[in-house]
Order: sequence, then C-alpha cells, then structure tokens
Amino acid sequence: MLDEALEAYTATAREVGNASSLHAAGRRARRRVEESRERVAAVLGARPSEVIFTGGGTESDNLAVKGIFWARRAASPARRRVVSSAVEHHAVLDTVDWLAEHEGAGVGWLPVDAAGRLDPEALRAELAAHGDAVAVVTAMWANNEVGSLQPVAALAAVAAEHGVPFHTDAVQAVGQVPVDFAASGVSALTVTGHKLGGPVGVGALLLARDVAATPLLHGGGQERDVRSGTLDTAGIVAFAVAVEAAVKGQQEYAARVAALRDDLVRRVRHAVPEVVFNGDPVDRLPGNAHFSFPGCEGDALLLLLDARGIACSTGSACSAGVAQPSHVLIAMGADDDRARSSLRFTLGYTSTQADVDALIAALPTAVDRARRAAALRAPR
Amino acid sequence: MRVLAAMSGGVDSAVAAARAVEAGHDVTGVHLALARNPQTYRTGARGCCTLEDSRDARRAADVLGIPFYVWDMADRFHADVVDDFVAEYAAGRTPNPCLRCNEKIKFAAVLDRAVALGFDAVVTGHHARLGPDGLLRRSVDAAKDQSYVLAVLTRAQLDRSIFPLGDSTKAQVREEAARRGLAVADKPDSHDICFIADGDTRGFLAGRLGEAPGDVVDALTGAVVGSHNGAYAYTVGQRRGLHLDRPAPDGRPRYVLSITPKTNTVTVGPAEALEVSSVRAERPVWTGGEPPTGPIECEVQLRAHGDVVPATVELTGDTLRAELRRPVRGVAAGQAVVAYRPDPTGDAVLGSATIAA
Repeated sequence: MLDEALEAYTATAREVGNASSLHAAGRRARRRVEESRERVAAVLGARPSEVIFTGGGTESDNLAVKGIFWARRAASPARRRVVSSAVEHHAVLDTVDWLAEHEGAGVGWLPVDAAGRLDPEALRAELAAHGDAVAVVTAMWANNEVGSLQPVAALAAVAAEHGVPFHTDAVQAVGQVPVDFAASGVSALTVTGHKLGGPVGVGALLLARDVAATPLLHGGGQERDVRSGTLDTAGIVAFAVAVEAAVKGQQEYAARVAALRDDLVRRVRHAVPEVVFNGDPVDRLPGNAHFSFPGCEGDALLLLLDARGIACSTGSACSAGVAQPSHVLIAMGADDDRARSSLRFTLGYTSTQADVDALIAALPTAVDRARRAAALRAPR
Repeated sequence: MRVLAAMSGGVDSAVAAARAVEAGHDVTGVHLALARNPQTYRTGARGCCTLEDSRDARRAADVLGIPFYVWDMADRFHADVVDDFVAEYAAGRTPNPCLRCNEKIKFAAVLDRAVALGFDAVVTGHHARLGPDGLLRRSVDAAKDQSYVLAVLTRAQLDRSIFPLGDSTKAQVREEAARRGLAVADKPDSHDICFIADGDTRGFLAGRLGEAPGDVVDALTGAVVGSHNGAYAYTVGQRRGLHLDRPAPDGRPRYVLSITPKTNTVTVGPAEALEVSSVRAERPVWTGGEPPTGPIECEVQLRAHGDVVPATVELTGDTLRAELRRPVRGVAAGQAVVAYRPDPTGDAVLGSATIAA
C-alpha cells in the first residue's frame, strides 16, 4: 500500500463516526467520504454523484453486470441478453455465466484476435442482429493476463448507437493508462484499490446518472440506494488518496515501467529465442510482459523462478490449486499446450533494473529444466 | 539437498516435511491432485483428494514456511492406478493400489519430474526406515509399518527417497505435529482406498465393469451352490457375502478359493483348501544387496499387514518362488510377496514380486 494511503487510513480509522449518523462525529465522517468521492471523480473524469463505493472490483463488476441487466429487463422485458468477451476476468465471466444459468439470459460472446483484441465491428454486428434484446454490454479496458488494451471508446460508441449501456472493468487500467470516464463514453466503470496502491476490499463503480442498476445488497441504501452497507470511511479515504496519486503519476510511472518492460522483453527474447510474446505489442499495459515458452509448463517455470526469488504468474488455478490453461489464451487461438506454457511477468512501482537482471540470470536454467520435466509427460 | 516433500494433507507427510526442514534441506512442498473431480469435503476419514486435504497441506506448508504447489497427477493416477485396479480385478486378481501408486506415481512420475526440475530427492511420510546402508526396513511402529507397500521400489527409486518417520511411532508423530503447531495433528488416519470415497469397493467395480451374473461352484463336488453378480467382486479367502443357496454337506463354512474370469466362476471350498505352501511370483525387484543366485532362507509377507512366515526364496530370471515353512491362507494373485531379512534393528526388505499363483 502506498505510504500516503496507509497514513490516511490509519489517521481516519482512529476517528470515531458513522458517515450515516447525524451527530457531529457522523458529519465529520460523512465529510471525509464526500471529499474522497470528489477526489476520485475529479481524477477519473466523473461527477461525484457517479461514484459508488463498493467492496472492490468483484463487487463492482457484479453490481454493474447483474444490476444493469436486472434494471433494463425490468424496464423492458424483451431485453434479456448480455454481450461480453471471452477474455474477461472471472468476476465478469462468471457473472455473465450466472445470469445465463439462473436468469435465462442469452449471451453474445465477442471473439478476440490473436493478440486478444476486440473488434468494434463484431459488436456492431451483434447489436445489429440482437440490439433490441440486449440489456448490457461488458468488456474490459485492459486484459489482466496478456495486457492488451481494448478499443473501449469505440466499443462504447457502438453500444450508444443502439442505446445499450456499456460497462467496462478498468481494474487493470486505472493508474497504468489514461482513463477518463466521461470521455470514454462508457456507462459504468469498475475500479479497485489494491491494484493502485490502495487498500484491498475497497473499490468503486462509476455509474452514469441516467443508468439504473438494481442493487445486489439491500439495506440502508447508503450509496445512491444502489449499494447498502455501513461506509468504510478509512478505506474510502485511503482508496481516494491512492486513486489520485496513481492517476496523477500515471504518465511518469508508465514511461519508466514501460522502458523496464521493453528491456525485459528484449532480453527474454535473446535468452530464449523460441519464446512467443503474447498480446498487443504496442497497445498494452506498461508493466505487463506475457510469454509462451514452447516445450515448458508454466507451473514448472513458476516453481523454478519462485525458488530464485522471482514472482510470476501462470494465470488461474482451480479451487484445489491445480493450474488451469488460461481461457484468455485459448480465446486468442492458442492450443492447450501453448496456454499451459505461458507465464506473465508484471512490473510495478517497486520494480527495478536489478529485478530484470535477476530474471534474465535465472531464466535459461529454469527453461532448460522445465523442458526436461515437460518431456516426461510425453505419451509413454 | 533440494528436496520435494509430497504433502497429502495428513499428519504424517506434514511432520515428514517438518523434519526435512529441520535436517537442513531446502524443502518444497507439493500436494498431488489425484482426483479428476475433487470432492469439496471429506466424507468420513478416507481420502487424500479433497479440497480440504489440499488446504490442510497448504496450511502445513505455510506453518513450515516452505514453498507449496499443487501438481495435477489425476490423468496419470487414473491410468496407472485406478484403471489398473479395475483391470486387475477383472482378471481375477486382487491388486494393491497403494503399492501401485508408490511404484508408478509417487516414486516415478513425481520423482522423475522433481529430478528434472533440479531436486535431489522426494520426502514422504511413509512409516518405514531407509538407513545409510540403503536398506528399506520396517518402521518401529509395527502397526503402521508401510515397508510392504514400498518394497516394490527399485534401487534407483530408493536412492532418491527420504522417509523421516521410520524411527517414530504414530503417537509420537501426532505429538510432534501438535508441538509444531500443525493443525492436522488430530486428523484421523486415512485408510481403505482413497479413490473409493464411500468404501464400497464392490459397488465401485460394478459401476466400472457392469453386472455379470455367474455361478458359485463347490471345489469338492463341482456342484453349483450359488450365484454372483460379477466374479470380480470376490477375493481369495473371502467368507462373508457369498449368499450360498446350499450349505456344505459337512456344515462348515466355505471360502472363496479362486476366481476364474474366463468362465466367470467363483470357486468355494473349506478353509483347509485355502492353504498355500508354495508361491510363484513375477516381476521381482531386489534391493537387499546383490540378487541371490541360489535359494535363501528369509521371511515373507504375502499381503499388507498379513502374517510373516519363514520361507525359502529362490530367484530365477523373471520369477520368484517362495516355499513356505508353514501353510498360509488367503494368498491372492495380484498381491505382492515381500521377502524380509529378520533383523533386531528392523527387518530389512530384500525384494518383492507380484504373486501369480
């Protein structure tokens, strides 16, 4: 957590007061919450009334996708279709699947190209065919695995042509690339604290004022009657501090980290010439480098690099902890083997040149050993 | 050494990993996911394949401060252990899946992968001793001894294995787990067959092999004395669950003497007819020094937790013959014969082979 965010958290947490109370302590807490709301709105191009504080990215995604779906269907029963992409985060993917399974929603899955990018023309075709039946479109701003940025403004414009609300999960994007809610034309946008130096478990859904969403959580109606629950004043204050710092420092941060990342990519390619670089080569998150290592298993590489103090990621694991082939790579046309051979390196605020050097020093041996281990799996 | 600790989520493997850490090894914990569709929670005391077991293993690794990963061995386990288990029963034999899992998964697929990844050895929580002389010996806890299901390991496999628990009783292991703050200290022992969650082996086999009604025949008279729904469901020496229509003329209980898949027949007879004095076994593994060139005197064990009898053992080519000093009942094809050299510091495994007849 960012120092300023942590300090803001502890200072606020020491104060007593429920932001919904009418007494002096309550008013003090309410003021902190509203100031935070204004700070978040200001740096993300939204109005304060469009900021709904939540318990993080997963809640914001669920609220946007389910909430807008329910509200739109209630207003016009023919609208019972959701349009999404095959490369979404599970917070969106599983929410869409849930709507299909439990609410009878039809789903239009938009394809991606080999770099994981969506094509606005595919959305146009989908809406031309089913526009009157679509309740909500949801597509992420930036992919959490392969780092590709989506043409969000173009997608949102297509949705707007058909009068369909467009939600974007921008959890990966805020602080990494410029994000402006109003300018992007989206109706709803998910942001969360822990991805930008704020606390875990605090986030927001930016929700345009003219877009209705049915609540997931019922109770006091603290947040615009769309989200209930006693406000986490300290968490919200720290979140706002972190969002502001991340957005204001974005350009400088992105330039520094992208340079480091480009060095990493160049040197990984040199060390392991067969490596396949995944995702959009240019329009991508500055700190993301994603590779497939032919003939290796990602989880073997992870174990070997972890032992050398290098943390990387293979994507997701099932509840038992078994690594699963990434649905993102599969959607990009990779086969099972290539999906399983993939690894993501993420650079961030604390990353240094020495970190890249350490990776390059450890990588050749790790790849060599992982290949020998993978060869054992060949059919006997 | 860089060692890989196989952690099932039970108390034994957790303490084994702890001891490996204490011995100064660089330890990495690995939980093997063996079930294709892991059950969320244990039902009863069985199993090593539930999400709860995976979590227990992870918690133990966290307490020990070692890296921890889950390796997916479900396909290998199904091919080499579960399918083999079903095929062996279908062929009228009685397999030991724990032994097969040690032979094909834990000390083969897992060990090979570990070695390829740069590890020197695999650590497990088996109750057996493996001293500097390289001999596999029984655990000091006779009731928990697992040398029988490890006797199938080759020299090369044993050379890369570490069994830190052989000098301790189960009670001591539990006590140590509690002292080390491992939450699995009181976890019930696992028993029976891990992939048959409800313990109903006959039902499991029926699901795989289907019902195949046939005759139960008396060995002495040749008369049909009952019927069965699948010969595979019977084991040599079995007495219960025969549901015979006709009692034996002498009124004495009858036992399963043999299973003949070809005719789908279960043959029954009196207890004496179960007695075996001579055993022929195949695919021998010999780890107690140079393989003998002539007959040797030793002791043999013919099933897990079975009696130990003095015997003369002779190795010729791919066959191991054991002449037993006194007859033994309930010797089933498919089980292992394990030869031990009696030793006051712990009986040592000489070799093993799979019983053919």
